Amino acid sequence: MADETKRTPSGQQSAQGGDKPPAGKAAIPEKPKVGEGSGAAHAAPPKPPGIAATPWEHERVARLKRLYGSAIKEALTYLGQNYLVVNKEAAFDVLRAIRDDENFDYLVDVTCVHYPDRAEPFEIVWILYSFPHNERLRVKASVKEGEKAASVVALWPTANWLEREAYDMFGVEFDGHPDMRRILLPDGWKGFPLRKDYGIIQQDTEWVKINLGIESGQ
Amino acid sequence: MSEILKSEQSASSVKHLELEATPSPAYLDSDELILNMGPQHPSTHGVLRVILKLDGEKVMGTECVIGYLHRGVEKIAEHRTYAMFNPYVDRMDYVAAVSNGLGYCEAVEKLLNIEAPPRAQHIRVILAELNRLASHMLWLGTHALDIGAITPLFYTFRDREEILKIFEKYCGARLTTHAFRIGGCLYETYEGFEDECRNFVKFVRPKIDEYETLLTTNRIWVERTKGVGYISGDDCKAMGVTGPVLRASGVKWDIRKAQPYSGYQNFDFDIPVGTNGDTYDRYLVRIAEMRQSLRIIEQAVEKLPEGPVMAKVPKVVKPAVGEVYHGIESPKGELGYFIVSDGSTQPYRIRVRPPSFVNLQALDMMVRGALVADVVAVIGTIDIVLGEVDR
Amino acid sequence: MPQWLQSVVDYVTKSNNTPGWYADPVASAIWALIYIILIFTGVSIAVIAMNWLERKILAHMQVRLGPMRVGPHGLLQPIADALKLLIKEDIMPDQADKVVFWLAPVTIVITAFTVYIVIPFGPTHAVTDMNIGLLFMLGVSSIGVLGIIMAGWASNSHYPLMGSLRSSAQMVSYEIAMGMAVVSAVLMTSFKGGGNFFRQIYGTGGASVGTLSMIGIVRAQEAQQTWFLFKFFPLGLIAFFIFAVAMVAETNRAPFDLPEAESELVAGFHTEYSGFRWSLFFLAEYAAMIAVSSIAVTLWLGGWMRPFASLHGPNVEIPNYWSGGAIDLAFALVPALTFFVLALFAFIGTVRMPKHRAFRVQTIGLAGFALALGFIGLVLLEPHVRDRVQDIFWFSLKVAVFMYMYIWYRGTFPRYRFDQLMHLGWKFMIPTGIAVLILTAALGLGS
Repeated sequence: MADETKRTPSGQQSAQGGDKPPAGKAAIPEKPKVGEGSGAAHAAPPKPPGIAATPWEHERVARLKRLYGSAIKEALTYLGQNYLVVNKEAAFDVLRAIRDDENFDYLVDVTCVHYPDRAEPFEIVWILYSFPHNERLRVKASVKEGEKAASVVALWPTANWLEREAYDMFGVEFDGHPDMRRILLPDGWKGFPLRKDYGIIQQDTEWVKINLGIESGQ
Repeated sequence: MSEILKSEQSASSVKHLELEATPSPAYLDSDELILNMGPQHPSTHGVLRVILKLDGEKVMGTECVIGYLHRGVEKIAEHRTYAMFNPYVDRMDYVAAVSNGLGYCEAVEKLLNIEAPPRAQHIRVILAELNRLASHMLWLGTHALDIGAITPLFYTFRDREEILKIFEKYCGARLTTHAFRIGGCLYETYEGFEDECRNFVKFVRPKIDEYETLLTTNRIWVERTKGVGYISGDDCKAMGVTGPVLRASGVKWDIRKAQPYSGYQNFDFDIPVGTNGDTYDRYLVRIAEMRQSLRIIEQAVEKLPEGPVMAKVPKVVKPAVGEVYHGIESPKGELGYFIVSDGSTQPYRIRVRPPSFVNLQALDMMVRGALVADVVAVIGTIDIVLGEVDR
Repeated sequence: MPQWLQSVVDYVTKSNNTPGWYADPVASAIWALIYIILIFTGVSIAVIAMNWLERKILAHMQVRLGPMRVGPHGLLQPIADALKLLIKEDIMPDQADKVVFWLAPVTIVITAFTVYIVIPFGPTHAVTDMNIGLLFMLGVSSIGVLGIIMAGWASNSHYPLMGSLRSSAQMVSYEIAMGMAVVSAVLMTSFKGGGNFFRQIYGTGGASVGTLSMIGIVRAQEAQQTWFLFKFFPLGLIAFFIFAVAMVAETNRAPFDLPEAESELVAGFHTEYSGFRWSLFFLAEYAAMIAVSSIAVTLWLGGWMRPFASLHGPNVEIPNYWSGGAIDLAFALVPALTFFVLALFAFIGTVRMPKHRAFRVQTIGLAGFALALGFIGLVLLEPHVRDRVQDIFWFSLKVAVFMYMYIWYRGTFPRYRFDQLMHLGWKFMIPTGIAVLILTAALGLGS
C-alpha cells in the first residue's frame, strides 16, 4: 500500500503517456491526494468498535435450536454477516432444515478452511442465500483429518463441483457425493495444495516427471 | 451426472488417452462415439475440455475436464499481503478485470469495516459498468462466431476498443487493469473523463442497435438459439447458476438490486429478465443489460461527486481476526470472495466463488439430447472465462 | 508462316466460328485441348483472384482492411499463400489410411474441374457440347462428395469423420432439390415462345426442342428470347432460387458450411490435411463454387447472352481499320469500359499511395496493374477480339455476381444446424421443387 502511494504521481504519468499531459495532473492536487490517509499520522488502524463477533439473535436460530438443540454450537454475527457453527454429524440435517424450512434455496459456495492446530482441522463452510428473504447465511462444521464431511449434493446439485474442488484442494472427502474425485488438478496428483503444510512452490514431482517429461514444472 | 463416462474418466488422464488410441473390442461394439472437444478447440473459449458422448450428432452426455489453466490463485493469496494480492484477481476473469478488482476490494473493505468515499464509489461504478459492457461485447462477438456469424465479432471488438481506451487513459492498462485499491481508487479521474464517458455512451447506443439488426431478427440466428440450452429458473437456483443465465430463466435477481454495493442503490436501472430460459433469451437479456449499463454510466457521470477518492486506510492492511463473504454481480454472475483473516497482514484464506465455474456445471443439464452444434452454442451462452473457471 | 501451318490455323479458327464445328472431329479435338488449357489456367487464376477478393470484401464488410502488406493492397497475398502452402511440411497422420488419404483431395480436384468440360462460356467456347451435358455435370459433381467422405474416413479421426458424414447427408439431400430445379429448367427448353410476361413484350419466340446439352439450353433461351429466370414468372424464379440455395449447400459454403464448421468441427473433413493437400481442397472448393455458379448462369441467366439481348442500342458507324463494322454502343463497349473502370480504380489507388520511399515498389506494382487492366480494356475495344470474347465476358460477369453473393452470405449469416439444414432441404426445398416442376409442366402444355 505504502509503496503504491509513493509511486502514484510517476506511475500515473507513465500510465497516461502523452495523451493526457499536465492538465490531468493539475486537477489532482485540488482533490484530496490519493491515499492521503495512509500517511504516518494514521498509522494506527481505524478499528471501529464492535468488530468482534456477537451472538446472533433471531427467530430462525431459535427455531433451529429447538429442532437440533446442542447440534448448533454457535450462532454469531460478524460485520453484519450471520453464521452458524454446527456439529459435523448434524450438519446435513441442519442444512436440510435451513433449505426446506427457512427457504435458503441457493447454495452459493462450499469451501473449506484449514486450521492445522485445531483438533478438527478442516472447517467446511457452506455459504447460503435465500431468494425469498434476500438474506445470506454461512454454516460451518469442522472435521478431523480422514473424516468425511456430509455432502449436500442431494440438497443442492450445485455442490457437486464445489465439493469436488474442496476435496481436490484439501483432501476432505464428502460422504454421499456421487463422484468424489479431483476436478482442477490431474487425477493422479498427490497432495492437497491448499493445506497449510503444502508449500507454495511444492508440487508432485513424480507426476510432473511422468506426464510432462521434465524435472520441474516451475 | 457423470456416471455415463465414469468408466473412461475414473482412470487417470494418461490412461484415458491410451484408451482412445487403441480402442478395446467392446468400444467398437458400442453405438456411441466419444468425441473429445478441446482443450484445443476453436470454440471452447480457452482450454475447456468437454468429452461428449454422441449418438450420431446427438449428445448423450458430457463431461467437463477443467483445470488446464489452474494457477493456484487461492494458494498465492495466502502468501501475499492484501494489497499484493489485488492484481492477481484481475487475472481470473480477465475480460472483466475491473469487476474482479471491485469485488476483492469491497470484500477487504468489508473486513476492515470501512467504506470507499462516494467519489470513489462512483468511479468504481462507471468503470465496472464499462467493463460489463466490454465483457458482454466480447461475449456477443465470440458467441455469434460460435454460431457461425463471423461479422458481429469485429463490430463488437471495434466498440470494445473504445472502452479499453478509457481504461488505458484512466489507469494505464487495458485488460488487467488493477484499477481499484483497498479503500477506494488509487487514481483520480483524468481531465475529460466525464466527457469521454458521455461521448462513449452516445457512440455506443446506436452500435448496440446495429448488433441487433444483424442478429435479433435473423432467421438462422433465431432458429439456432430459440429453445436451445433450456434451463428453468428452479434448475438455475438448484445448480447455483447466476447472472444473465438466471435472469433469462425468469428470475429477477441481480445483486446490484438485491444487496446493493458500491452505491448501486443510487442509480435508476432495470433488471432485464427473459421468460424462456433459452439461448435466445440469454442473448436478449445481455443486450438489454448493455443498455442498462449505459444508463447507469450516464447517471454516475452526471452525479459524480467531488471529494476524496481514497478512504482512510491503514498503511499496512491488517484486518481483525474474522471472516467475511462479499458477493458482487460480475458480468457473468455472482462473484464472491470469502476472506478469512487471522489478524496478520496476509489473508489466512481467500476463497473465490467464481460464477463461470458454477455456471459451467449446468452445461450437462443444458445440452443433453441436443446436437453437437448446440454444445458450442451453449458453451458460448453460459459465457465462461477459463481463467476464472480454473483460477 | 508456312503454307501448311496457315491452313491449319485457318481451319481451326474458322471451325470455331461456325456453329457446326463439333461435327468435325479433328478441329474439335484441337479446340478441346486449347480450351482445357485455357479453362484450367483461367479457373486457377479465378480462384486466386477470388481468394483475394473474398478476403478484401469480407474485410470491408467487417470494418477492417484485409491483406495490405504483400503487394499493393495485398494483391500478391494469394501468391504468397500458395507459396507457403506448397513449401509447408506435408503431414500424414500415423493412423491414416494412406492410399485413401492421398486419393481424397485428388478425387475432389478432378471432379471439380471435370465439370467445366460441359460449361459453355460462349456459343462455341466450350470443351465439348455433350448432348447429355447437364446429366454429366450432375453426375460428376456428385462424385465430389465421395472425395469428402474419403477424406473424412481416411483421416481416422473423429472431427473429419463427423464432417464427412454431415457432408454426405447434406449433399445427397440437396442434390434432390437441385435436381428438381434443374429438371424444370430442362423442361422449359422444350417450350415454344416465352412466358406470359415476356411474350407480351417480345412476342412469341422461336421454336425449340427439349435438350440436356448446356449449349442447347442457352440456345433455347436465345430462341425464346427470355432468361429462364423470368420464364412462367414466378416459376422460373422459384426454381432458380431453389437452385441458388442448393448450390450453396452443395459447395459447403456459409451458411451451409456444416461439414467444415470451424467452431464445431475444427475444420471438418480436412482437419488432418495440411500444406499442398489442403490447398487442393481449397482449390476444389472454389473451383466447385465457380462451376455451380456457371451452371446456374447457364440454366437461368441466359448463359453467355448479354442482358436485354433482343434490345439494340443505336448502331453508330465508326470507321474501323480492321473490320469497318458497326459497334452496338449500348453493350459492345461494356466489356472494355468495365476494364477501364477497374483500371481507373487501380490508378486512383496508385495516386493515393503514400509517397514514401518504402512504398515505391508497391506504387509501381499498382501502376503496372492499372496499365494491364487498361490494356485489356483497349484490346477489348477491337471488334474482332470483342466479338470473340464478349460472350465470355458476359458469362464471367454473371458468375462474378454469384461469387459476390457467396462472400456476402458468409459475412452475414450464422450457420445452420444439421437438423435445421435437413429440415429446410427435405421439408421445404424438395416439395417446392416438385411443385414448381409440376406447374412448369402444366403451364408448358399451353405453349
